Amino acid sequence: MHAPVVGPGTGWENNLGGGPEGGPGVSPAGGNGDLRFDLRLIADMVTPGARVLDVGCGDGALLQYLAVTKGVDGRGIELSMAGVRAAVRRGVSVIQGNADTDLADYPGGAFDYAILSQTLQATQRPREVLDHLLRVAAHAIVSFPNFGFWKARWHLVSKGRMPVTPGLPEEWWETPNIHFCTIKDFVALARRMDLVIEKGVALNENGTVNRLSATGPWANLLSAQAVFLLRRRDPKGGPVPNGGPNGGSNDGRRP
Amino acid sequence: MPVDTPQNMTIRVGEDQPIRLDSGLELGPVTVAYQTMGRLNADRSNVIVICHALTGDQFVAGIHPVTGKPGWWDRLVGPGKVIDTNRFFVLCANVLGGCMGTTGPRDINPATGRPWGLGFPVITIGDMVTVQARLLDALGIDQVFCVIGGSMGGMQVLEWATAYPERVFAAVPIAASYRHSAQNIAFHEVGRQAIMADPNWHGGAYHEHGVTPHSGLAVARMTAHITYLSETALHRKFGRRLQNREAITYGFDADFQVESYLRHQGSTFVDRFDANAYLYITRAMDYFDLATEHGGKLANAFRHTPARFCVISFSSDWLFPTVESRAIVHALNSVAANVSFVEVESDKGHDAFLLEEPEFHETLRGFLDGAARHRGLPALAPEAV
Repeated sequence: MHAPVVGPGTGWENNLGGGPEGGPGVSPAGGNGDLRFDLRLIADMVTPGARVLDVGCGDGALLQYLAVTKGVDGRGIELSMAGVRAAVRRGVSVIQGNADTDLADYPGGAFDYAILSQTLQATQRPREVLDHLLRVAAHAIVSFPNFGFWKARWHLVSKGRMPVTPGLPEEWWETPNIHFCTIKDFVALARRMDLVIEKGVALNENGTVNRLSATGPWANLLSAQAVFLLRRRDPKGGPVPNGGPNGGSNDGRRP
Repeated sequence: MPVDTPQNMTIRVGEDQPIRLDSGLELGPVTVAYQTMGRLNADRSNVIVICHALTGDQFVAGIHPVTGKPGWWDRLVGPGKVIDTNRFFVLCANVLGGCMGTTGPRDINPATGRPWGLGFPVITIGDMVTVQARLLDALGIDQVFCVIGGSMGGMQVLEWATAYPERVFAAVPIAASYRHSAQNIAFHEVGRQAIMADPNWHGGAYHEHGVTPHSGLAVARMTAHITYLSETALHRKFGRRLQNREAITYGFDADFQVESYLRHQGSTFVDRFDANAYLYITRAMDYFDLATEHGGKLANAFRHTPARFCVISFSSDWLFPTVESRAIVHALNSVAANVSFVEVESDKGHDAFLLEEPEFHETLRGFLDGAARHRGLPALAPEAV
């Protein structure tokens, strides 16, 4: 699920993902020219002609952009039917499905890039999803809202309650965003999974890139969201020791 | 030739080389009745093959010559419509075993000079597609831009994409399955038994007795028709309303509107359909199982298909439920095939693919547009630009 509203001029609250039931129809990305800024950033990480799987692809704006500008062979998975229909109408190949369950269908190494944009926090098992991303693709591009951002910290400190904002309207007991993390949390997981962070970009509240090192402590405090490009340490060694499209991973995930 | 008017034609295939059927028998020559609409472009790359359902026929668009009503997909096929005949050359053939002009059990067996009846070989979905492929051979069409079909038509689409992967650029199986379920076979068996229990059936030789098993075929149609609707749709349409009367009659007339409706469905169906053809075509659907044909693993069926798929199901379809379409999608994903999948929200049941369903139509339009761009087809036929 791409966040419903992200772009210059929007507040931190509005930068956060709407979750799987959020409406991709409200994405402001209409044509190819006005692709949402964070999606443009992701697109820049994709090499021309690559095979791309966009998990939580919303209305398919990114895949369409990649197809038009980079000749990418793209596929999408999207939970909301409104998003799927919008994407198919764009001529993008998208199935209605779910990151937690449907990634297992794809064979290992089927893609060059697997994109998870503003969706990680809505998955049941983020680590297994990451694991699958790097099983089906050589690289994963993951973007997520940063709960280490000072405004989030301040909200908790000052009000003592989980943030409920226009961009995150659900209360804690009804939100589909069940696995929020900070940038630091995410980097720790990547290290634990022995993943290589090929690139990390931290974004300001207004959607612009900041110059802070994405893995450093200041980005965790001052950035509203981050985008990471990841790969396995030894691409040849590891993704599918058990073999087969439904094979497991090598990082100690329990069956 | 006008592009807006459907052209109805027949052709003979298998004259030199008979059709080798899945049963091992050979059949030929075979007459194929088909309808075309639109104009074939110079490189013959704009062909859309539409595959019809069990009781459908080749009269997709325009006025049906037998019923006098619009063709079964007239709302979707035509100039400027979702399947735009200004852009595409649309072709639909009556299936093998049918009764609208393509060789079937009602026709004369050349060996005996009498109607085939039950002497007609049992045919399969694969045999239907083989005959369509022969038709395209005869027309000089190597590759089809898109094969589209709902229900049994969707089975043919899957057969097309797996039996002739190099000849199919895009495939749209709608409200379909890769195999007939036990429940589907059960309903078909009820229909067949109704036909066979009709004393006018005469072991399938009714043509020679100058009668037709009307009541058996009508019951078969009534049973099947219930499976095409949803409970919600039936209730909305009829509820418990009475038919032209103020109160129940304490008898067995069609007191309820739903009874009257089903009787009407049954009686109009027998005017246009042949009972033996119904037996043969339902059997072909029952035998369809792409997984078993490919070593028990559906994914194997799609292993080498380069086609772009758009799988569509309807939420209230309990005859070919979404879970069946999802199984197709899972198999396609497991071989990293190019697939889109949409479950359209509808309370109209299986028949939704024939009805006004804007979301379905918009999805299909979008998919065809996207696929046409990938195929390099211009937005309009060259002649029209």
